[in-house]
Amino acid sequence: MQSSPNPGLSVNVAATATSGAREAIGSIPLRMKISKVNFYYGTKQILFDINMGIADKRVTALIGPSGCGKSTLLRTLNRMHETVTSSRLEGEILLDQQNILAQDVTLLRRRVGMVFQRPNPFPKSIFDNIAYGPRINGMKGPIAEIVEKSLRHAALWEEVKDHLQKSAYELSGGQQQRVCIARALAVEPEVLLLDEPCSALDPISTAKIEELLVELKSLTTIAIVTHNMQQAARVSDFTAFLLTGQMIEFNPTPQLFTTPSDPRTEAYITGRFG
Amino acid sequence: MNARLRWRKLVSNFMLTMTGVCAFVSVAVLFFILGYLLFNGGTSINWAFFTQLPKPVGEVGGGMANAIVGSAKLLLAASLLGVPIGFLGGIYLAEFSGATVASVVRYAADLLNGVPSIVIGIFAYAIVVQPFKHFSTLAGAFALGLMMIPITLRSTEEFLNGVPRMLREGAMALGASKWKTISTVIVPAAYRGILTAILLALARVAGETAPLLFTAFGNRFWSQGWAQPTASLPVMIFTYAVSPYEDWHRQAWAAGLVLLGLILIINILARTILSRGIAVPRS
Repeated sequence: MQSSPNPGLSVNVAATATSGAREAIGSIPLRMKISKVNFYYGTKQILFDINMGIADKRVTALIGPSGCGKSTLLRTLNRMHETVTSSRLEGEILLDQQNILAQDVTLLRRRVGMVFQRPNPFPKSIFDNIAYGPRINGMKGPIAEIVEKSLRHAALWEEVKDHLQKSAYELSGGQQQRVCIARALAVEPEVLLLDEPCSALDPISTAKIEELLVELKSLTTIAIVTHNMQQAARVSDFTAFLLTGQMIEFNPTPQLFTTPSDPRTEAYITGRFG
Repeated sequence: MNARLRWRKLVSNFMLTMTGVCAFVSVAVLFFILGYLLFNGGTSINWAFFTQLPKPVGEVGGGMANAIVGSAKLLLAASLLGVPIGFLGGIYLAEFSGATVASVVRYAADLLNGVPSIVIGIFAYAIVVQPFKHFSTLAGAFALGLMMIPITLRSTEEFLNGVPRMLREGAMALGASKWKTISTVIVPAAYRGILTAILLALARVAGETAPLLFTAFGNRFWSQGWAQPTASLPVMIFTYAVSPYEDWHRQAWAAGLVLLGLILIINILARTILSRGIAVPRS
């Protein structure tokens, strides 16, 4: 399986990722590090003391039952949570050793892209959808090349190359979601966040996107939220299991699914709840 | 039991008939007016009606070219005032304001929309006509523009709020600032709706007479400029209809027909715009 991590990676990550400049999970350096994150909507606490790392050029999956806070955690990584005015975040989130909470939010979001639950292409042509990010960010270089490269990365180029000027809404749901992935890739993000990207798609489209994610690892760092355990097992290198806002277990994917260290993880992955 | 069932069916049929008749009456009114206008004014519509000035009293013929041009000028200047204010205000209302400010502005806009047009006319008279000491095209446009503000504002807000939240998030996740998101994604997604609303606002004020009576006033000749009084179709209809001359009555009907045709064209245009282009999915 292409997605399996290095054999030497059998450490419990939550314990390893403590402090220091060059942090790593096993031999893989961290791209992002989440420390002691508490999150609130108004007075309601959603996340409790979350610690984890996002390994560079790997796929990290966040799993857990509905309402466990996995999407919320993902949205804090590019500060999309700030669109809700009553939200409050405590703790520290580092991207390349720098606190993202102290950065300009638009620059941060350019470095940490996001793909959403339901495909959300803009009401524009396929071309203009992909070109949107490069244009507003004033990226150098011919736009057409960026568009082609991004569509190739999203494995969509062959399907749409002859009708780039058509509305993105004329594509199927799976194709629309790949337009959204290409749109996110066009600004060359260092980290790509995916919030249940397949939940609105049919099995064939889902398989395509999963295949794509494994290939994208060479290009960027990926964090994916999924309610589908099999999907996490198929595509990810590391998996974090959340329950009622708490991080229960964070381990390399094969280890979490074969020898979970917490009984609650075992109960969840064997389908006893959730 | 059986009687009860029969009674229910009777009531049902009666109500069905009533609603149908009422629906028919509302449509029939429009076609009755249209037919009446055609019957009375159709004969007076000819090339001269669109190209010539009104003839002096007693002479038959002539046209209302000055009123047609005057109405166009009034609507143009009114749009220049009402559309930007209403549009940008609507953006603020939908995208930037807090709940309290929004409800105050919304309420005020609805009240302004309900102010009788004659009152708007008096207001424009006091604000523009009196200081400049004469009636003018601009004063009329000012009055009509004021009336366009609340319609444009409320519909801009409505259409912007209709843009799905996920489109906003998509743009913001790519590093777009709030204003970039609004100007490059939200407004383009809503512009056809907004444009339609603006056209309908235009159609609505095109037929207003009261605000023009003592602002743009009227003119039997070509208007000498924006700062001078001008003829307009609604006021012309009013003046001609209350006159004692048979030929003027016919011309008033013709002017009514032209005005209604104009409004009809704007409406059709608005609907065409709304039905074309890339549709935005409902959230």
